[in-house]
Amino acid sequence: MAITFEKALGIHESAMRLRGERAGMLASNLANTDTPGYKARDFNFQEALDRQMTGRNGDFSLQTTQHAHIRGGVKGLGSVDALYRVPNQPSIDGNTVEEQVEHAEFMKNNLEFQASFTFLNSKFKGLSKAIKGE
Amino acid sequence: MSLSNIFNVAGSGMNAQSIRLNTTASNIANAEASSASADTTYRGRHPVFASVQAAMLNGGDALYSEDQSAVGVRVDGIVESQAPLQPRYEPESPNADEDGYVYYPNVNVVEEMTNMISASRSFQVNVEVMNSAKQMVQRVLTLGQ
Repeated sequence: MAITFEKALGIHESAMRLRGERAGMLASNLANTDTPGYKARDFNFQEALDRQMTGRNGDFSLQTTQHAHIRGGVKGLGSVDALYRVPNQPSIDGNTVEEQVEHAEFMKNNLEFQASFTFLNSKFKGLSKAIKGE
Repeated sequence: MSLSNIFNVAGSGMNAQSIRLNTTASNIANAEASSASADTTYRGRHPVFASVQAAMLNGGDALYSEDQSAVGVRVDGIVESQAPLQPRYEPESPNADEDGYVYYPNVNVVEEMTNMISASRSFQVNVEVMNSAKQMVQRVLTLGQ
């Protein structure tokens, strides 16, 4: 049985990357708490992870069949669809960031990142144990 | 998006909030600075925030960047308040004009205090975000150890 990293690491590597991406998005929301007209963004983690694991990504780039073709299309969001958060209370300046909601999501995301990290770490530990034959 | 982008975003937020705190300090400090004419009187200053794409923060091209999800804050400019000044009848003041009026700035100290609290809270949130990002990066570095 051959060990490949893809098989060994499974879902956790993708999960951790997406957690990092989501942390960035939530950090943007928190940084823009006082920016008029800013719309809070987030993405559906479950859907994004599904997409990662099945290999479908949200890249709308054009297919190139010859090397001279120009790569076009929307690259933008890479593998995730950034959606807009629906606020509980509207504000007069058009800003939809609700600090407590974003803060809670950020903390939750952080913890889940650590969980994914722990899983990934133990996978690596297992691999190195298998290699050493302990 | 890499985790290091969070540092740029939170940093821009902290920068914007500290500018806001600065203008607030200036407004409160000058709240009682009276002047002889309406032209020379201090007027309240307020920063205008705008969001800026992360790629622009790094000096890149925003249109074709890989990542449009990270958004920082930029101070678009500082505008002077257009609220009316407060003329007060103080003929004994050395600044008084021929009618005995001095002009006081259009700074509302209560408003400025709320601005100050809001700015410092937002600053704290950004610091916290940065701390969390630091922890995440440090954890990634210990992967496999």
